[in-house]
Amino acid sequence: MKQVDIVVIGARPAGLAAAIEARKNGVKDILVIERDRELGGILMQCIHNGFGLHVFKEELTGPEYAERFIDELSDMGIEYKLDTMVTDITPEKVVKAMNTEDGLMNIQAKAVILTMGCRERTRGAIAIPGTRPAGVMSAGTAQRYINMEGYMVGKRVVILGSGDIGLIMARRMTLEGAKVLAVAELMPFSGGLTRNIVQCLDDFDIPLLLSHTVQEIRGKDRLEGVTISQVDENYKPIPGTEQTYECDTLLLSVGLIPENELSASAGIEIDPTTSGPIVNEAMETSVPGIFASGNVVHVHDLVDFVTAESRRAGENAAKYVLGQLKEDGPVQSTEAGAGVNYIVPHVIRTSNIEKDVTLFMRVGNVFHNAELVVKADDKIIMTKKRRHMAPGEMESLKLPVNKLPQTDAVITVEVAEEVVQDEKAS
Amino acid sequence: MYDIAVIGAGVIGTAVARELSRYNLSIVMLERDNDVACGTTKANSAIVHAGYDASADSMKGIMNAKGNAMFGDVCKELDVPFERIGSLVVAFTEEDMETLEGLLENGQALDIPGLKIIDSKAVYEREPNLNPGVRGALYAPSAGITEPWEMAIAYAENAVNNGAELKLNFEVKSIDKIEDAFEIKSDKETIKSRLVINCAGVYADQVHNMVATEPDFAIHPRRGQYFLLDKTTEGFVNHVIFPCPSKMGKGTLVVPTVDGNILVGPDSQDLGLDEKEAIETTGDRLAYVKEMVSQLTTKVPFREQITEFSGLRAEPDGGDFIIDWSKSVEGFYNVAGIKSPGLSSAPAIAERVMEAVVELLKPEAKADFDPVRRPRIKIEHLSDDELQTLIEKDPRYGRIICRCEMISEGEIVDAINRPAGGTTLNGIKRRVRPGAGRCQGGFCGPRVLEILARELEMNPIDVKHEGEDAYILIGETKA
Repeated sequence: MKQVDIVVIGARPAGLAAAIEARKNGVKDILVIERDRELGGILMQCIHNGFGLHVFKEELTGPEYAERFIDELSDMGIEYKLDTMVTDITPEKVVKAMNTEDGLMNIQAKAVILTMGCRERTRGAIAIPGTRPAGVMSAGTAQRYINMEGYMVGKRVVILGSGDIGLIMARRMTLEGAKVLAVAELMPFSGGLTRNIVQCLDDFDIPLLLSHTVQEIRGKDRLEGVTISQVDENYKPIPGTEQTYECDTLLLSVGLIPENELSASAGIEIDPTTSGPIVNEAMETSVPGIFASGNVVHVHDLVDFVTAESRRAGENAAKYVLGQLKEDGPVQSTEAGAGVNYIVPHVIRTSNIEKDVTLFMRVGNVFHNAELVVKADDKIIMTKKRRHMAPGEMESLKLPVNKLPQTDAVITVEVAEEVVQDEKAS
Repeated sequence: MYDIAVIGAGVIGTAVARELSRYNLSIVMLERDNDVACGTTKANSAIVHAGYDASADSMKGIMNAKGNAMFGDVCKELDVPFERIGSLVVAFTEEDMETLEGLLENGQALDIPGLKIIDSKAVYEREPNLNPGVRGALYAPSAGITEPWEMAIAYAENAVNNGAELKLNFEVKSIDKIEDAFEIKSDKETIKSRLVINCAGVYADQVHNMVATEPDFAIHPRRGQYFLLDKTTEGFVNHVIFPCPSKMGKGTLVVPTVDGNILVGPDSQDLGLDEKEAIETTGDRLAYVKEMVSQLTTKVPFREQITEFSGLRAEPDGGDFIIDWSKSVEGFYNVAGIKSPGLSSAPAIAERVMEAVVELLKPEAKADFDPVRRPRIKIEHLSDDELQTLIEKDPRYGRIICRCEMISEGEIVDAINRPAGGTTLNGIKRRVRPGAGRCQGGFCGPRVLEILARELEMNPIDVKHEGEDAYILIGETKA
């Protein structure tokens, strides 16, 4: 069996950054496996700009952002295989993969980094009633046809869901000459970045219909129209609010789901809220030596954060291989408190924290002038003011190691809507 | 001039064509859609009934019992997945238990093998996810699950391999009896045939009325809606689970599929004679399906739903299958009102039609008839060594196109290039499953489209999702 120090599954933003960082931390023998025909993944079809503001302090397109990592990977001579599918991972870190050239491969890794990303939620998953014509597709699929294959998918468009891909595609379809009639969003707030609402909808006079959903799909072979209704507080269509839209295309941007079928085969514990692996401060999953980062762990809003998280996974996978990760010392688990949906990482081993640990989270609602309150067991250890928080934007908190208790504890983060005065812990 | 024109290439029409292709007869299948298996055949419960419930003196009862017994051999010859997982009709009340006794008695009159009533303990051992309060169940070990569309595809392929012709996009617009033959017209083409076998599903009444002096029967569409759950739910139930039957049918069931999914449905909704295209799902009926199945189990993991669909059963006004020569048109054979258990009966129905035709035309048996369809390679089922050897021989089997279902390029290319092969995204999905998984074609759709265009030497813009007007792309992007 082929032996490799670190196998990275996926050569997209997460996998590329993780592999590069593992190499920088002293592991030479790395193999990156990518199922697609090119490196870079979905970034390659994200030809709009807005990437890299945090990591590179400049605004790049998706392919430009990916290119920087692809170049670095190549310069380092890290081995990668394209058009190669990983079909199984065992808890013993045997990775099974196949492609046209090597056939079947069984690879024994010392450490594995999972960066398989996520997939788009489908029409079937949200059970939109109606016929099943052509012209109904996920926003990402449409983006692939248009930006990668060079084909247009429709002329009169309705978009359901105001996730970032949906917003970006509203603009893209418009620039390609289509008429985007409306973006309908089930929730009373958008799931996308504010800047995308402004730049992709407002600038093109595309209406955003909050608290609306597509209630029916019509058309035999090709989509002929949809019915959009307003929804009540239980997200049920309100009778009498139906509006019909004649359109040939319905794009869905109704959520992303981390792709963890391989994680399941490796016996990795999954957080039902994120649909991603439970990870510790090193981005290590419940199976020792198997790390995970990026959208396979939780869906990110900015690729920059994927990069940061994946660098951490790469660095720690290298430490694991080199025997430098510590197991002793206090262990803290994190728990989402009121107003917070989830926190990553789930577990913090303080002995592995040099300076600070960053907690990533998503809030469950839109908040103005609120505070994120961090508690260790029931004691407040930190508070941070936030002028604006929304579910579409990931929140992060840098927690200095000296604020963490020296014993095992539960760290919670909650949203305090009324700003608490003079009670901040020092 | 053909000897036989079979109208409709669903599982019944293709089965009939395949059985008749055992003889020296010129046969043509006429299908209005651009693929076989596009009607009721593609949207039903995908089960093979044991056959205890239709009355022993009805055509449904006789055909089902016989068809079920034939199913294993047919599926073996045609390489169609079929598993006799058994069925349970679950009783929750004393009244239900009496219904089970009645079903058992009827089943015994039809010689249905292995039928027995099992107690609640035995039921929960088999099906721990059923609701509390089960009194017992009728267990029928010969019930099974299959892929109905695959069955029709396989029948069609085998029929073509044995000399039958398949005309797709041939919607019959008129039928005229001219001397001893029928003249059958579509918008584009006219063909002649000595005999007509009407297997037109929900349209069988209209097709018959094109030539009949008076309407013998009417076919109403009866719609049923379903949920399909992800393979992650495999094992939620292990048998075909029925509630006790009512006069509207066999009820809403929960059943494993041969591909490892769980299927929940159908409801039962009578539609008008003018609603034979009404295959949309509706919010209220989908909610009703959930409510109905909750009587069997409240634990269905609907969170894992990957698609919903509806299908139309061909409900004859007389209630029973119509499998006979037309009363008013000589040389015209009706196979109509083939609702449930139509799929289960298909092999027996085809044999019955074949016998009627043979009696009339007395054709010679074909010396080189080959009942076997070349098996499909499913890389998922190969051992590592077998797969390695295969990839060395044909590297396309090493390239995974559909990651949800683990389907290789080699399998897709084979599905395109076989006789009666797939030409659309859904045609490929029905044949080898890319797009049938949890991403519903989001990732593999563009790849399958590309392969279709390449193999069929088409412009990608002309590749269709399903029907002839189901275009996916409208043109190239701006330069």
